[in-house]
Order: sequence, then C-alpha cells, then structure tokens
Amino acid sequence: MRLSDLKEFESDTRPDWCPGCGDFGVLAALKDALVKSGKKPHEVAVVSGIGCSSNLPGYIRTYGFHGLHGRPVPVAVGIKNANPSLTVIATAGDGDEYGIGFNHVVHAARRNDDIKLIVMNNEIYGLTTGQLSPTSKLGQKTKTSPDGSIIYPLQPLPTILGAGGTFIARTFSGDPKHMSWVIQEAIKHRGFALIDAISPCVTWYNIYDEVKKLFYRIEDRGYKITDQQAAFNAMNDPQGIPTGIFYRTEEKQSFQEKLAEINGGKAPAESVQTLDRNVALQLIQEFA
Amino acid sequence: MLQGMPSQGYYTRKGGEGVLSGSTLMTGNLAAAWGARLAGVDYVPAYPITPQTEIIETIAKWVRLGQMKGKLVQMDSEHSMLTAAGSASLSGARVFTATSSQGLLYGLEMLYNISGWRAPILLVNVSRGLAAPITLEPDHNDVLAARDSGFLQFHAETCQEVLDLILLGYRVAEDRSVLLPAIVNLDGFYLSFTREKVELPKMDTVSTFLPEYDPPAPLRATKPVSHGATVLSGNLYSYFRYRMHAASLEASEVFRKASAEYGGLFGREYEATEGYMLQDAEYVIVMSNSFTTIGKQVVAKLRERGVAAGLLKLRMLRPFPFDDVAKSLAGRRAVAVFDQNLSPGFGGILYPEILASLYHKKNRPQFVLPVVGGLGGKQLTVQELERVFESLRNGPPTFPDRPDPMYLMREDEFDRAKRNIAIASGGG
Ligand SMILES: Cc1ncc(C[n+]2csc(CCOP(=O)(O)OP(=O)(O)O)c2C)c(N)n1
Ligand code: SF4
Ligand SMILES: [Mg+2]
Repeated sequence: MRLSDLKEFESDTRPDWCPGCGDFGVLAALKDALVKSGKKPHEVAVVSGIGCSSNLPGYIRTYGFHGLHGRPVPVAVGIKNANPSLTVIATAGDGDEYGIGFNHVVHAARRNDDIKLIVMNNEIYGLTTGQLSPTSKLGQKTKTSPDGSIIYPLQPLPTILGAGGTFIARTFSGDPKHMSWVIQEAIKHRGFALIDAISPCVTWYNIYDEVKKLFYRIEDRGYKITDQQAAFNAMNDPQGIPTGIFYRTEEKQSFQEKLAEINGGKAPAESVQTLDRNVALQLIQEFA
Repeated sequence: MLQGMPSQGYYTRKGGEGVLSGSTLMTGNLAAAWGARLAGVDYVPAYPITPQTEIIETIAKWVRLGQMKGKLVQMDSEHSMLTAAGSASLSGARVFTATSSQGLLYGLEMLYNISGWRAPILLVNVSRGLAAPITLEPDHNDVLAARDSGFLQFHAETCQEVLDLILLGYRVAEDRSVLLPAIVNLDGFYLSFTREKVELPKMDTVSTFLPEYDPPAPLRATKPVSHGATVLSGNLYSYFRYRMHAASLEASEVFRKASAEYGGLFGREYEATEGYMLQDAEYVIVMSNSFTTIGKQVVAKLRERGVAAGLLKLRMLRPFPFDDVAKSLAGRRAVAVFDQNLSPGFGGILYPEILASLYHKKNRPQFVLPVVGGLGGKQLTVQELERVFESLRNGPPTFPDRPDPMYLMREDEFDRAKRNIAIASGGG
C-alpha cells in the first residue's frame, strides 16, 4: 500500500471527535481497508445517521450522505439499488442502528442487501451527552438511568444471525489491524455485512480498559466459520468479549443480484455509473 | 445541585411541604421540567434530542432523588414514546413528555392518534429547524407540522410562560368538555438554554388549581372499555372529527376561565393573545415565541420616536383565537405577520390564518405584510424589524396588488452564505 493511496481518502475536514474517541480508530481502519481493497473514492459511498459516529462521512473523501437518526440503512439501500456498482458502507452508532432504526437492520439482513453496516458501538448516546443506549449494560448509570439501567442490553449479533444475516462480525477500534481486515472481508462479501465495531466514548462512558482486558480474537482460538450454531456459541461468552467474523456464507445471492436478474440487469442510475468508451471520448472532446 | 433549583426542601405532590415558592433563575428547559413536577405527573416516557434533552434528564434526576413521584422511562424512539404516552393517558395516568424537531416529526403519526383517542397528554416541544440541511437552532416548522393534529397549541415567549402554560395546558386538556392533548412550545437555545427569573408557584396551590387527573374511562374491572375503534364509514368518521373540532373550539372558553382562576391564585393571567402597546397603535406586528421580546423592544423604541407602533403576540395557536386577533387588528392602518417558518411554495404559515381572522371585518387593515425570518435560529435584528415597520408606514408599493413578502436576509448575508458554500464545495 502506498501512502498516496491513503491520501486519496483524506477529507479536508478534521474530525471534531473528542481526543481519544474510539471513532478515530474506525475511520483509520475504514480508510486502510478501502485502500487495501483496491477501491477508489469514486467507487465508494459512505452514509450515516445522526450521532458522533455518524459524522464520519464528512471525514473521508468518498461519496457521502449524512442522513437522519436511525435511517442510514434505507439510505444505503436506496443508493445501492440505484447504483449497484458502488460499494456502499453505512457507518452509525448503537443508538442509530440498534435502537430507533433497528427494524431496518433486520430487514436488510433478511433481504441480504449488498451494503456494509459498521455500527460504532459505545454502549451510550454520545452526541446527546450520555443517555441509555440499547446496548447499555444492566445497572449502567446514565443520565436517563441514574439508578442504573434495568433493561437487558440488546444482543445485536445473534439477533441478526437469527434474522438471516450472511456476514456477522465484531471488532474493536483498539485493534486496528483486525478492524481493517474485518472491513476488507465485508467488502468482499456478497451481501449484507454487520460489523459491530466497539468504539469507546471516552467522555460519557469509557470502556477502553474493560474492553482491552476482555476482548480476544476468535481466530486466535482456532475458530473456524462453519454453521449458525457454532456462530451462536462463539458470540455468546459471558466472561469475555469475542471479536472476529462469527458467521459468513456466500451461498445466498444478494438482493441486488436478484433485482438485476428481474429487470434485465439495468440499474436505475446506471447512466451515472458506467461510461462507455465513446461517450467518454465525446465528453473529453466537449470539455477539452 | 441542579441549576436553578431552590436550595432547601422540595415539593412533593401528596402531603408535600409546599415550603418553596418564590422566584429563581432558570432555563426554559428547567421551567418545563418544573411544570411537569408541579403538575404531579405520573408517567414520563422519554427520548433524548437536542435541545430538549435537559428536560428529561432533570426529571430523571428528580425522580431518583425522590423529589418527583412519577416514573420516567426512556423508550427506543419518539414514535414509541408518544404511543406509550397516549395509551398510558387513556388508562388513567397524567402523562408528560417532551421532544424537538425530528423527534416530533418521527412521532407525528401518533399525534393524530392521541388526539383521536382524546388522551389529554402534555407534550413540550423545544423548537428546532427541520433537516435537511441539519441544524440545531429554532424555527417553527417543527411545531407547525403538528398544527392540524388536534393537539391544542400554546407558544411561550418567556421561561415563566413555559411553566405556567404547562399547568394551564393540563387544566384545559383534561377538562371534560375538551379532552384533547396539548403542546407547549418553547424555542430551542433562545429559551431552552437561557436563564430568566421564574416565579415558582406553591405546590399546595397548584394542587387546588390542578387536582389529580380524573380520567373519563380508566381501566376498571367493572367497566371494561375499548379504544381505537375502526369506523369505516364517512358518516361516523366525520362525526368523530367534528366532535374533536368542537372540543378544540370549546377549549378557548375553558382556557379563558382557567386563566382567570390561575391569575387569581398566582397573579399571572394569560390570554390567548397578548397585546403590547396596542391601544392606539396604527402599525402592528404579529409575532409568537421568544423573538417577540425583540419585537417589543423595537415597538418601544419606535414609540419613543412618536411612531404609533404595536405588537400582537399569539400565545394560543390551537384553537385559533380568531376573535381576539380580529379585535386586536381591525381598524389598524397596516399589519405585519412575522412567520418564523416557511411553507415552500406558499410562504409563512400563520399569515393566512391572520388574514382569515380579518377578512370579514369591515374595518380590516388595508395592508397586511407577510414577513418570513429567523429560520434555523437566524438572529432577528432590531434594524430588520424597524425596516418592517417602515414598510408598513410607507404602505404597499403596488397597492391594491398582493404585497410582496419580506424575507429577512440581507444581501451581504446571502452572499456570505454563497461564498461559504462555494468554499465548502471546493470552489473559490
Ligand atoms: C428522530 C430523532 N430523535 C432523536 C435525535 C437525537 N439524537 C441525535 S444522536 C442520538 C443518539 C446518539 O447515539 P448513537 O446513535 O449511539 O451515536 P453516538 O453519538 O454514540 O456515536 C440522538 C438520540 C435525533 N437526531 N432524531
Ligand atoms: S462524546 Fe464520546 S462518542 Fe462523541 S466524540 Fe466524544 S468520545 Fe466520541
Ligand atoms: Mg453510541
């Protein structure tokens, strides 16, 4: 990899995340993964919702879309359906994707939409300054649960596995190489990928030390991706925080592949995407 | 210690000490939380959103400290928050909730349900401009999107009004002849985060003014009821919709009476509209919410210069105070309607409502100028309002044609915005 490749994804805007925020690690890993996947900025769309994490599309030089709280997945799906040749990546928070917009995630998994969802999970609402999130722990004290949360946290990975997810992974912003690798694999994957990216909020709920102590790579423990049952077991570790690709199947067609079969392969916004040689030459002449 | 919280003792709803009252500095958000606390609400389904979040966080804290009896529950979205608010109210609880902007719009589907259920919840909206583009500062497109939902609407200019209108709002909403939910609106930032002196009423007195909620059809084993009926008939549907409309119109009188009682108890009486230097005014501007304060300042200044300026503030927007507006504006030379909202392709939303109030008046003003400004919290300046009054005094340039609307943005501001956008998109 050349540094100049990485530079191509550099945006003019500097992140305004708090110093030490896990989201810096996710941004770096995403850029690294895009370069290593041989992607160019114009081949990628990064979309988001609302949250600290959702500011990410502004900090990377690709097509970008800052949507509404909870809605990154339908935004990504719309772009992908209209432009199937784009690599579409949704980056958002746990509040966004596991809370107010979780229904979309379930249906994207079920349809096997060819989009990659990176959920920057910090177990808190960061942008609104520290309220209960769907992944907040039992007993976690937040501004809206001052007595400690009395709700069991959502288990997004087994839930999406159960919903028919075809690529399900977890990684940690404190393990950048691993995160980049997981994202690269997700980009290669044929269909919907859910990446639960643990990305601590150092300001409102700092879990860095805890995660550092408890996380491990399942690959290091000889885990082999086989069936859903094995994946369920590997995800479920009350003592530690397993990271890695728990489940992956390339056997299911993506929704967009099926869609292409139905309408003869012509994508709705195809003209924007593909330039035939003659048209390109014409354009060059026109602007020369 | 919470910002602006009195330092000794606290209120409890039942058998409370009631030791505290008097004035204290607090933000609009804190005043809203106090409104809920003094109303002795039972249930607060919540979901955070800037600039509203401080309200629910304050309530969460009070509940934890035992200073408030109700239950606060954070939900997974505004949609479920409002749904739970409505159903809890139907089952007999006094319900409070709050949101802003996108949150209100996400829950909008439920607003029509809640009013149709005739569930008298109170919803505080802290105004914030709607996406896209994304912003945090206020205008009234959010709350006016709920204009036709059946919710009563009260708009506050000051932190004091926020508190008082919540208590009055419950009283009117729960009245058996009304039974409709209510929104109390305050501006994000300009009011939500601005501290003003607020007079806290005594808990005991509030309890006499606003006794515990007496629901018309609570869940009782002896008397099961079912809500949310399907009618599938234009006739029945129309019947229910007209009943709602009649109930909302009825709320005008209920509000007037309740307000008189409130005035007697607490020394502050509110009307659906408020006039400022109106009496002999020839040129009047109609405003609502926090920018009204700037409007009053300009009117006072013009008066010093001998201009017969005046201001009419809209406090209650639903039911719409046709008669008050007509009475206040008929006979004036010229009127400006300041709309802090924009209906693209039409203009300001309140302008036609003012015109409708005046149309059948013999002595209606010849010139009603539509003014749009303050979008996304854009500062409203004294100079701009002076220009508005100048236009009123000069009369309509093309009379009797329809007056050109004034959109408040100076040319240099427009150019600056264009320059910023050019830079951001990589241009010069
Ligand atoms: C409909 C709607 N409701 C509420 C909000 C307010 N809001 C903005 S971000 C956010 C949650 C942020 O948490 P998360 O998604 O976990 O992202 P983080 O900031 O932690 O990265 C909320 C509730 C909103 N923007 N829109
Ligand atoms: S508040 Fe938390 S999530 Fe947001 S930028 Fe700061 S550290 Fe990151
Ligand atoms: Mg979060």
